Amino acid sequence: MKWLGFLLLVTGWLLVLAAIVLLAASPSRAVFVLAGMAVEALGLSFVIRSHLILREDKR
Amino acid sequence: MPSGAGIPDAAMMACLFFIFLVPLAGAGISLINAGLGRSRNAGHMMMASVCTLSIAAIAYFVCGFAWQGFIGMPGHCLVFSGKSWNWIAAQPFFFRGLEWSGSPASLVALLQLFSVGLAALIPLGSGADRWRLRACCASAAILAGWTYPVFAHWIWGGGWLAELGANYGLGHGFIDAGGASSIHVVGGLTALAVTWILGPRRGKYSPDGMAPAIPGHNGVLVLFGCLLALLGWFGLNSAGAMLFTGGAPGQTVLISINTLLQAAAACLTAAVITAIRFGKPDASLSANGWIGGLVASSATCAFVVPAEAIVIGSIAGALVTFSVEWFELKLEVDDPAGAVSVHAIGGIWGLLAVGIFARFQGPVLNPAGASPAGGASAPGQWLAQLVGVATLIGFVLPLTYGLNLALNRLCPFRVAIEGERQGMDLYELGAGAYPEFVTHTEDFIPR
Repeated sequence: MKWLGFLLLVTGWLLVLAAIVLLAASPSRAVFVLAGMAVEALGLSFVIRSHLILREDKR
Repeated sequence: MPSGAGIPDAAMMACLFFIFLVPLAGAGISLINAGLGRSRNAGHMMMASVCTLSIAAIAYFVCGFAWQGFIGMPGHCLVFSGKSWNWIAAQPFFFRGLEWSGSPASLVALLQLFSVGLAALIPLGSGADRWRLRACCASAAILAGWTYPVFAHWIWGGGWLAELGANYGLGHGFIDAGGASSIHVVGGLTALAVTWILGPRRGKYSPDGMAPAIPGHNGVLVLFGCLLALLGWFGLNSAGAMLFTGGAPGQTVLISINTLLQAAAACLTAAVITAIRFGKPDASLSANGWIGGLVASSATCAFVVPAEAIVIGSIAGALVTFSVEWFELKLEVDDPAGAVSVHAIGGIWGLLAVGIFARFQGPVLNPAGASPAGGASAPGQWLAQLVGVATLIGFVLPLTYGLNLALNRLCPFRVAIEGERQGMDLYELGAGAYPEFVTHTEDFIPR
C-alpha cells in the first residue's frame, strides 16, 4: 500500500504537468490540475494509512 | 537581478546586512528543537544542529550550487511542445566560475549556504530524542547536495516553475521570495519522511492507542528561539525578495512589517485557540504558531499589504495549531517539535496565499514572466502556485522519502533502545547538557 501511495503521488504530479503542457484553455487546464492534486491526495492517504497499519501490527 | 546584471553598492551592502541576519533563524530553530525535546537529549540536539549546519554548507559548496545555479546561468533543458523546460543548472562544482565582486550570483551563493542549513535543521526537530548523530549528518548532506538545490533551481535558478508565466501564461510563474517552498516545505516534508522512517519515541503511543504528552523540557529556550528566529526571518525575507524577485532595498520596510505582523497574528491565534480549548494558552503551540506565521510570511511578505498579512498569519496560526494535534493523535506521527505542521503546512499555506492575495506593482524577476498592470493580481498566478505545491507533494516527498529510506539501510537512523533510555547526550556524546541538575543515585550508593 505504501508504494502504491507513492506511485499515486508521482502520477498525480505527472497529471498536473501534462495538464500544463497539453491543455492551453484555462478552465479545462485548471480542472485537470485539480484532478492531479486529487490523485496526489489519494496517494498521500495511502501512504499515511500504510504507516498506521505498520504501527498497529507492531503493537 | 540576473547573474550578469550589476548591483549598486548600497543595494549590495543592504543585501549583505540582511544575509548576515539569516543565521539567527537557524539559531532560533535549533533552540526551539532543543527546548521541545527531553532534557537528556538537549546537548545532542545542539551538537546535531551545529554538525548539520556544517555538513549542509560543505555539501552545498561541493555540488549544491552547481545543481541550483542562478537566473541567467547555463542549465540543462528539455523541450516539450516547443517550450523549454529548464530542469537543472549546469554550473561547475566548488563554486567555480563565480565572480567574487559582490555580484548577485555571489550574494545568492552566500545566502544559500545559510538557507540550506536552515532547511537541514528542520528535520532534526521531528527526529528529536531518537535520531543518531551520524545519520542526521548523512541525511543533511543528501538534502543540501541534491534535494534542496534541484527544487531551488526550479524556482530561483530560472527553472521550469519560474518560467510557468513566460511559457504557459500562468501569472508571473511560481513565486516564493523568501523560501517558503525550497527551505520550509522541502525541510518539512523531509521531516515527515524521517519521522515515518524512525517511528515514534518509545512510550509515545500505548498499546491501546493513547498518546500521552511528552512535554518539552525548556519553554524558555523555545520562546527565546522564537525571538531570535524573527530577526533571522527579517534577513531571509528581505534578502530573498531583493535577490529572487527583484525587490528594491526600500521595499524591505514593508517586508519586515508584514513578517512581524504575520508572526504576531499567528502566535496570538494559536494562543487564543489553545486558551479556548484547554483553559490556558499553550506556550509550545503558541511558539509553533509564531514560527508557522514566519514560514507563511516567507512566501507572501513582498506581495501583500499589512492587513492581508494579519489575515494570512491568523490562518497560519490556526492551521498549525490544529495540524500539530492531527498529526500527533490521528496520524500517529511523533514529531516533538511540530516541524511538519509548522514548516510543511505553514509553508504550503503561504504559497497558496500568494495565489489568493498577492498584488504586483510591476514585473517580478522570474525571467520573462507576464507583467500585469501595477496593483493587479496576475491572472493564473493561483494555478502556478498550485503547480508548485503539487510538485512539492508529488515529487519532493517521494524523492526525499526514497533517499532517506535508502540511507537508513546504509546508516541506521534510530538509536538503540539503551541509547533512548539513557539519553542521547550520554549515549552518543558521553556527557549531559545539564550535569548538575541530575541526581546520579549511584553516587550515593555505599561502596
